Amino acid sequence: MTWIVRNLWLIPVLPLLAAGISALAKQKSRALAASLAIGSMACSFILSAWAFAYVLSLRGSGELTQQVFNFRWFQFGNEGLSLGWVLNPLTAVMLVMVTFVGLLIFIFSVGYMEHDENFTRFFCFLALFAGAMLGVIIANSLLLLFMCWEIVGLTSYLLIGFWYSKPSAAAASKKAFITTRIGDLPFFLGIVWLYAQSGTLLFYNNGTGCLEPASIAHLLGQTTSIGVCAATGIALLIFCGAIGKSGQFPLHVWLPDAMEGPTPVSALIHAATMVAAGVFLVARVYPLMSAHNGIQSTLTTSTALQVVTWIGAITALYGAIIAVAQYDIKRILAYSTISQLGYMMMGLGVGGVSVGMFHLITHAFFKSLLFLGAGSVIHGCSGEQDIRRMGGLWKPMRITFVTYAVAMLALCGFPLFSGFWSKDEILHAAHHWNISQAPYYMGAFAALLTAFYMSRQVFYVFFGKPRLAEESDDHAHSHAPTDTVEHHGPSTPHESPAVMTIPLMILSAFALLLGFFGTPAWPWFQSFLDGTPLALNFGAFSEGGILPVMLTSSVIVLLGLGLGWWFYGRRPIESAEAPDNFGKLLPPIFTLLGHAFYMDALYGATIIKLNTQLSKISDWLDRWVWNGAVKTVTQIVFGLAHLDNFLDTHVVNSGFDEGCESVSRSGHILSRLQGGRVQGYLKIIAGALIVFTILLLWKAKI
Amino acid sequence: MMTFPWISSLTALPLIGALVVLALGSKNKALVRWTALAFSLVALILTLAIWHNFNTQADGFQFQELRSWIPALNVEYRVGIDGLGLLMLLLTSIVIPIGMLASWQIEKRVPLYFALVLVLQSCLFGTFTALNFFHWFIFWELGLIPAFFLVKLWGGSGSSKAAMQFLVYTMVGSIAMLMSFLAIFLASGTFDFTELANLAQSGQLMPAVVAKLGWHLLTPEHAAMVIFFGAFLGFAVKVPLIPFHTWLPSTYAEAPSGTTIILTGAMSKMGLYGFLRILLPLFGAEMQRVLTLLLWLAVATVVLSAYAALAQKDLKRIFAYSSINHLGYCLLALFAIVKFTGGDAALTSQKFAAMNGVFLQMFNHGLTAAILFWFIAMLEKRTGGLRGLNDFGGLRKVIPVFTGLMGIALFSSLGLPGLNGFVGEFLIFKGSFPLVTWATSLSVIGLLITAVFILGILQRVFYGPLGEKWAHLPDLTLGERLTLVPAIGLMFALGLYPQLILGVVNHTAIQMALHLRNF
Repeated sequence: MTWIVRNLWLIPVLPLLAAGISALAKQKSRALAASLAIGSMACSFILSAWAFAYVLSLRGSGELTQQVFNFRWFQFGNEGLSLGWVLNPLTAVMLVMVTFVGLLIFIFSVGYMEHDENFTRFFCFLALFAGAMLGVIIANSLLLLFMCWEIVGLTSYLLIGFWYSKPSAAAASKKAFITTRIGDLPFFLGIVWLYAQSGTLLFYNNGTGCLEPASIAHLLGQTTSIGVCAATGIALLIFCGAIGKSGQFPLHVWLPDAMEGPTPVSALIHAATMVAAGVFLVARVYPLMSAHNGIQSTLTTSTALQVVTWIGAITALYGAIIAVAQYDIKRILAYSTISQLGYMMMGLGVGGVSVGMFHLITHAFFKSLLFLGAGSVIHGCSGEQDIRRMGGLWKPMRITFVTYAVAMLALCGFPLFSGFWSKDEILHAAHHWNISQAPYYMGAFAALLTAFYMSRQVFYVFFGKPRLAEESDDHAHSHAPTDTVEHHGPSTPHESPAVMTIPLMILSAFALLLGFFGTPAWPWFQSFLDGTPLALNFGAFSEGGILPVMLTSSVIVLLGLGLGWWFYGRRPIESAEAPDNFGKLLPPIFTLLGHAFYMDALYGATIIKLNTQLSKISDWLDRWVWNGAVKTVTQIVFGLAHLDNFLDTHVVNSGFDEGCESVSRSGHILSRLQGGRVQGYLKIIAGALIVFTILLLWKAKI
Repeated sequence: MMTFPWISSLTALPLIGALVVLALGSKNKALVRWTALAFSLVALILTLAIWHNFNTQADGFQFQELRSWIPALNVEYRVGIDGLGLLMLLLTSIVIPIGMLASWQIEKRVPLYFALVLVLQSCLFGTFTALNFFHWFIFWELGLIPAFFLVKLWGGSGSSKAAMQFLVYTMVGSIAMLMSFLAIFLASGTFDFTELANLAQSGQLMPAVVAKLGWHLLTPEHAAMVIFFGAFLGFAVKVPLIPFHTWLPSTYAEAPSGTTIILTGAMSKMGLYGFLRILLPLFGAEMQRVLTLLLWLAVATVVLSAYAALAQKDLKRIFAYSSINHLGYCLLALFAIVKFTGGDAALTSQKFAAMNGVFLQMFNHGLTAAILFWFIAMLEKRTGGLRGLNDFGGLRKVIPVFTGLMGIALFSSLGLPGLNGFVGEFLIFKGSFPLVTWATSLSVIGLLITAVFILGILQRVFYGPLGEKWAHLPDLTLGERLTLVPAIGLMFALGLYPQLILGVVNHTAIQMALHLRNF
């Protein structure tokens, strides 16, 4: 085992250490916190790149591309609980992506958070997040993965509520934690069930791991009392965790609210990495997800994967529909993220690990770029987030505009941009899915909407008449604390400093070019993840209906962009008060979409209400039923005690001497007791205790 | 080495401390406090010495002392510890100094207060080490008296009523238990735990009791159930198990926070200890007979108490219900362990996990709850006794260190991995799920609602806009920080390396689970 495999733990531990040190540092040590976070992330990136190179070299040498290192954490009963880490192509790809994107966002944050009084704390939380997220990636045990997963949830909570003085941020952070925890609890049950069935939570362990064929076969053979085989039940429970974390319908409601956090947080955690952890989880336990009884062939899909596909397809469409009617620049992106995460899930369901993961990776780059661009816009507009109050920004913010446009085209799936290749692969796989064609059409329609809402956003933000100035100054002030805490500089839009624009430029290069690593002609990414041989073959385009799907999706994208231009670009938007050009066609529906189908209100009226009622009932039961019963009994006992006390007054008085005597005659009494006169003895004890109680009662009244 | 009466010395030490403290008088309050703390720290050191010399692989009890006491009654003074007893000794030794530190601001009748705390410590040590019912029961009952006065004399406005409720409640439970044990004694002629357990193992205990009692109106099974119920009631009240719990919230809320720390940190473990040491070995068969009911009660304890916590507005009442909830998981696991007898290897291994989980959870709950109430004591000290959920807002801005450290304790209570609360809960669920699947699945609701009310505390007390009134609230002093560091450090240590405790208790957990094999 080489050095990098044995020391893979350094990758998550370095940022964790940085977080620990800066947690102890003083608030003023800004430079220390930032350089610790960035430095540790840079080291982790180098190590990740090393690990990646090592996995690549293994492929060349034909060795096993799965290297694990397990160790015993603690012992209970006659067995031990082991944890460990695994280095395989999936780990390597995710490591490089998270450390690289993370590093860029850390650097961007130095500029973005410059004026924040809790700058030190911010980098501490970011580093903690990075450590936990990298832990999720390298974990070779479902338990270790879950532990890191929960800590990731904690850091998400801390960072969404970073501006804790704002009640909306405080509420959003709580909502995020609790909503994801609703998904995590079935996940937790899935873990203990898996543990009970397979006796280990290690993924890979020389043939005995829970994802290895022997264990999967065993799981398939177990049927539960409700008729589902254990493999399916466990897979679905684990998927619940992914639904929560990855903002899948119906647990997506926390993600738009999570935009209360600083924008770099939205970029890193709520776009590129943490929300993708659910997708990664499904990819990690794919052998379990795809396990099914019967004839093993490519034509059958396991129940679990069918559920994944349908949830993904619904989410993809649902998120895209809502994004059409949002006005907050970050909320549009948030719903877009929900939609894209749905695509990834769908890709996993219909196409396999490499299909879903490829979109995860390309999305991480262009979506974090979009968020950082939005951050740059918000920064440049002194905290404004409403797209109706922006406009004409392409001129003062050229770098931001160009990079944003690249990312937007990548997201829409414009031909040759990275999103085109990855989204196309999903649609292609969906087109060939053996169960149903519906996900394909849902995905295609979502692609149309994606192009439409993104062009709407770009036209609103970067084109048309500048509408920021027309707003009175106090408006800008009232919006100031929503993002950049300190209002600084003139209220005219301005380009962001280099520390923010350079990461944008680097990311846009990836958003543009990354797709070429996974084209049908040269599917390097797919072959790397799946371990299949790789060859350059331009003929692949004409095979298996790839070209028609590509052409269709290109037409769809162009149509979406064209519609966007028709409604928002054709005539420049004049005023912030003007109604939405598309929305005014169907105002009631647009309002419904603007409120995201009133899902929050629905949950508020059902689940949250139920919860409140249950807590009131529990409290009421406590106060009146349980306590009432006890009080009644107490009254009866006290009544009897008083009666007894009254009767026994002289018995106790005169009985004292007798009592002393009886002690001296204890042998005699004992012989009587052992003779079986139980009642007498019990009576004495009970009487003594009652007298003792009354004595205390009487004393306590003084 | 082994001839030195370690355990008797440990039990006597706080008692001596109490006398010394009383003798010092109330002139020099600081001296009284420091003396009491010194005694509790010596007890801690002594416990650590015992911990160090404990053989983790040995069967049965260690550090045993055996003296003939009342030969006529066949009563012996027999003390000793296994992993469980040792763990409880350590917990008591850690919780008592915390309780003292949190009581530092008490100015009324200082010597009496600290003397009572020390007497209580003695009683706790006695309860956790006694191996004969006779003096075990004396310690168990005697412990009520200092607790009663601590609540009554130093508590809040409703403390008299709460203390009385606490006393009467537990007394009723104790009397019921005493009756049962007298019946057992009359039948078996022994009070010794080990002998009784052996009799129960061989299936002779209950028939003998039933035959001796001659309750002809009842079938033997019913008579055995009556005896079991008496003993059960005593422990169920103490833990507590819903619906025997209503004394707890008002007692915890009205007691001074320093006392609440001891009540929840150490005394609540007496009930669970009783379940493990007495009820499980003696009444396994009876528990099995009413297992469905017990499981429902455990689930109700977990879920209803969490929901009730959500409805509270007083921080202390929230944590009081949270305590019930956390110990509810222990009861769930205990009942799960009883479900199956026999030697099935897979099920046995689940029982080991659950048993270890119970031990770990007992310790971790004690530690975390003590620290949480400690924070409340520090908050009360700063705010003049205010501790309502809606009294504050935005405190993080003025007291960031306080918020950060209390946040760690809150997340430990929530069961965040990496902190002490997680591993115990994981082992409990891991062990219980295959044994009692539905009850365990329902219990996760408790985990969710715990998160809801804990984050609710963070949101309402520490987040949001800062109230004018609290703009000058002082953050933790250096002294407070230094005293908190070891406690918080222990939370991390046990979260990252639970082997520290499991290594010591695992052997006992195995033995206890195996003992249940046949009844």
